Amino acid sequence: MMEKRSFKWANLYLVFVFLLLYAPIAYLIYYSFNAGGTMNSFTGFTWEHYQAVFEDTRLIRIALDTLKLALSSALAATIIGTFGAIGIYYVKKRRTRNTLLSFNNILLVSPDVIIGASLLILFTMVGFQLGFTSVFLAHIAFSIPIVVLMVLPRLQEMNDSMVTAARDLGANSFQVLSRIILPSITPGILAGYFMAFTYSLDDFAVTFFVTGGGFSTLSVEIYSRARQGVSLEINALSTILFLFALGLVVGYYFIQQGLEKNKRKRTAVKDPTNHEKAVSPR
Amino acid sequence: MTKKPKVFLFVPYLLWLALFVIIPLFLILYQSFFDIHGQFTFGNIVEYFTSGTYLSMTLSSFFYAFLITLVTLVISYPAAYLLTRLKRKQLWMLLLILPTWINVLLKAYAFIGIFSQSGSVNDFLAFIGVGRQQILFTDASFLLVATYIEIPFMLLPIYNAIEEIHPSYVSASRDLGASQWETFRRVIFPLSLSGVRSGVQAVFIPSLSLFMLTRLIAGNRVITLGTAIEQHFLVTQNWGMGSTIGVVLIIIMVLIMLLTGERKKGAAK
Amino acid sequence: MKKLTLMAVAVLALSGVLHLASVQLDRAGGATDGNTFYFYNWGDYIDPELLEKFEEETGYRVVYETFDSNEAMYTKVQQGGTAYDLVIPSEYMIDRMIQEDMLMELDHSRIEGMDNLVKDFLDQPFDPGNRYSIPYFWGTLGIVYNETLIDGESLDSWDDLWSPALKESVMLIDGAREVMGLSLQSLGYSLNSTNDQALQEAADKLDGLVPSVKAIVADEIKTYMIQEEASVAVTFSGEAADMMWENEKLHYVLPEEGSNLWFDNMVIPKTAQNPDAAYAFINFMLEPENAAQNADYIGYSTPNEAAMELLPEETISDEQFYPSEETMDRLEVYENLGPEYLGIYNDLFLEFKIQRN
Repeated sequence: MMEKRSFKWANLYLVFVFLLLYAPIAYLIYYSFNAGGTMNSFTGFTWEHYQAVFEDTRLIRIALDTLKLALSSALAATIIGTFGAIGIYYVKKRRTRNTLLSFNNILLVSPDVIIGASLLILFTMVGFQLGFTSVFLAHIAFSIPIVVLMVLPRLQEMNDSMVTAARDLGANSFQVLSRIILPSITPGILAGYFMAFTYSLDDFAVTFFVTGGGFSTLSVEIYSRARQGVSLEINALSTILFLFALGLVVGYYFIQQGLEKNKRKRTAVKDPTNHEKAVSPR
Repeated sequence: MTKKPKVFLFVPYLLWLALFVIIPLFLILYQSFFDIHGQFTFGNIVEYFTSGTYLSMTLSSFFYAFLITLVTLVISYPAAYLLTRLKRKQLWMLLLILPTWINVLLKAYAFIGIFSQSGSVNDFLAFIGVGRQQILFTDASFLLVATYIEIPFMLLPIYNAIEEIHPSYVSASRDLGASQWETFRRVIFPLSLSGVRSGVQAVFIPSLSLFMLTRLIAGNRVITLGTAIEQHFLVTQNWGMGSTIGVVLIIIMVLIMLLTGERKKGAAK
Repeated sequence: MKKLTLMAVAVLALSGVLHLASVQLDRAGGATDGNTFYFYNWGDYIDPELLEKFEEETGYRVVYETFDSNEAMYTKVQQGGTAYDLVIPSEYMIDRMIQEDMLMELDHSRIEGMDNLVKDFLDQPFDPGNRYSIPYFWGTLGIVYNETLIDGESLDSWDDLWSPALKESVMLIDGAREVMGLSLQSLGYSLNSTNDQALQEAADKLDGLVPSVKAIVADEIKTYMIQEEASVAVTFSGEAADMMWENEKLHYVLPEEGSNLWFDNMVIPKTAQNPDAAYAFINFMLEPENAAQNADYIGYSTPNEAAMELLPEETISDEQFYPSEETMDRLEVYENLGPEYLGIYNDLFLEFKIQRN
C-alpha cells in the first residue's frame, strides 16, 4: 500500500522532469505555426514556414548533411573510444592510467574556440583541404573523450574473474572481447554513442573553423543567421527533425522489443555475465 | 592480468591522442608564451595571476560550474533512479535525451520567450497574483537553463550505473530485512557511484568554460573563463593570453580528475 | 556483439541514404572549377532570389557559406584551406585585411555601376579610393527606445543613458569598441581615441553607467527589445530596423554627440580562385534593381543612390536611417587601432562588465 503511493509521487516527479525538458521544445514547435514573424506574440496559424523549408533546398541539404555527419562521426568515435577505454583499463600502472585519462579529457575542458582554432591550424599546416572530411575528423576528435568517459565505468564494474575464467577455458583474445567484454559494457557503449551524437549535433565553433567547400551544418547556419534574426523557418525545420527523431526512437524501441521477445522465447537464460554476477559474492 | 586483448585495436585511440590532443596541447602551450607582437614572454601567466579580473573570473567560473553540477545532480539522480523502476524504461530514457538534439541556440531563444516579462511564466505569476518578476538576467534563470542543457549528460551515466546493479542484490538486501531506504542507501547508492562520478565529470568540466549562455540568458552578469578565451581568440586576437587561460583550465581539469578519479581498484567493490 | 554490429551497420546504411539524398539536392553538383563562385557572407544577408537570378544571368554556380562575426571570418580567410571568391566584412576588418595584404586590389575598369553609389560612402579612410572594397550595406550605432516604457523621458544623446530614471533598463551591445566609443563620444572625444587619459576618463565614466545597465547582449538584443524586456537599447541601425518592423512602439535615435558609421563592403581575398565570378557578382549587386530588392529584403540602408529611388518613399525619407548631410558629418568610422589598443579597449570593457557582479 505504502509502496504504491510513493510510486505515484515518483511518477509525478518524472512528469515534472519531462515537462521541464520538453517545455522549450513545445514552445519552439508552437511558434513554428505563428503567422507573425517572431517567437513572440502568436498572431495566427500558418503553414507558411513549413512551405519555406520545403522550398529551401540549401537548408534541407544542410539538415541532411548534419545528420549524416552526426551519425557517422559518432559511430567512428564510439568504436575508437570504446577500444581506447578498454586499452586504458588494461594499462597496469595506475599513474599511467590517470595520465592517459587526463589527456583524454583535455578536449572536454577546452573551450570550443580553442579546439576549433587549433584544429584549423593543424589542418592547414598539413595542407588539408577543408570540407566534409576535415569536419568529420574534428567531430570524431572531440567526441572520443565522452565515449571513453561513458565506457570506462562499465569496464570497472565488469567482473575480471570472468575474463580469467574464459582464458583458462582456452578462449582467444577475440573471443574474450566479443563474448565477454563487449556484452558487459554494451550500455556504456550505447550511452557513449548517444552522447557523441549529441555533441556532434550541438557543435558550432569547431565546425565553423574547420569547414569549407560549401559544407555546412545546421548549427553553423543557425548561428550565422543570428545577426539577421533566426527566422521561424528554422523552427519549422527543427520541428520536422524532432518529430522524425521521435518516430525513429519509438519505432526503434518497439522493433527491438519485438526482436527481444522472440529471442527470449528461443533461448532462456544465456547471459553469462548475469549468471556470474549472481553467484559471485563480491 | 593476462594478455591484453588485441593491442592493435588500441592504436587508433593512441593515434587520436597524439594527433588531436598532444599536438594541439603543445601548440597552445607554445602560444601561451607569446605576446601580441609575437615576442617571447612570461607576461601572460604573470598577468593572469596578478590581475584581479582574471582571478575573480576564475572564482566565479568555479562557483557557477559547481552550482550547475550540484543542481544537475540533484535533479538527475532521483529521475534516473525512478526511471529504472518504470516499465518501458529504455523508451523513457531515450525520450528524455531527445530534447538535446534540438539546437542549443534555438532552445535558448525559447527560454528567453518563456522567461521574458511578457512570457508564459510571468503570465502565470501575474495570474496567481504574485505579479510579474524579472526572471531573465538573474542567477536563477542562468542556473536553470545551464542545468537544463546539462541534465542528459548526468542522467545517462547514472541511469546506466543503477540499471547495471543486479536485481539479486536488491532482493537479497530486502530478504535480509532492510527497508527500502536502507536498501537504497547501502546497496543501490554505493553501487551507482561510478555513474555519478562520470556524470559529474561530464558536467562540471565543460561547465567551467561555458560561454554562450552567460551572455544570452545572464546578460553577461555571469562571466566565465570561456568568455574571456573567446574574446581573446576572436576579438582581440591575443592568442597568447587566450592560450594561457586555456592552459590554466586544463590544469584545473587535471586536478579535478585526480580528486574525483578512481580509487584504488577493489576498494569500491 | 551481434547487437552492436547490427546497430553499426544500420547507422552506416542510414548515413549512406542521407548522403545520397544530399547529393541529389546538391545544386552545385556537376559544377566545374571554372564556373563555381564561392561566396562568404553573414547568414541570411542576401535575398536568396538574387542568388538564383545571378546564377541564371551569368551561368555561375553559387556556393554560399556563412559566418557569424568578422573576427571568425578573418581567421578562416587568413588560415586558408578554402578559397572564397567574395567576402563581405565590416570596415575595420577591411582595414586590417588590407594592412595584412589579404585582399586583391580591384580593377575598376571591370566594375560597372560605381556611379550609382552615394559619393559620401566612397573613398573612406579605411579604404582610400576604394581600391579594395565596394559598399554593400551601411548603417549607424544608436539608441532604440520603447515609447511606452520610458515615461516621456527624452532620449537624444549618449549622455541621457546616464539618467537616473533609466535605472536597470538599458541593454548594451556586447562590443568593446561600441561601449567604449559611446562613452568617449559623450565626453567629446573621438571614438577612435588612442589617448590613454581619454580612455581612462571614458572608463571611469562607464562606472557610472553600471546602475542603468540591465544586460549586455549581442544579436539577442533584437528578441529582447521586441518582447519589451528592456526599455532602452544601444544597437546598430540594421538591427533597429528589424526590431521596429516587429514592434511599432520602438524608435531609433542617432545621438547628438555623433555616432559610429559602419559599412559592410564586398572584397575579393587574395586567395580567390575565381575573381571573374567575383567581379560579375559585384557588378550584379551594383545594379540599382538588385540593390533595391536586396535592401527591401534585408531592411538595412543601401549605399546605392539609384536603388534608393526604387525604394518606397517612406523608407528613404526616414531621417534615422538615411540621415541628413549635417548628421552624417558627426558620424565617425572605426579605424583599425592595432592589436595593442584593441587590447586596451577590451580590457577596460571587461573590467566594466566584471563590475556588474
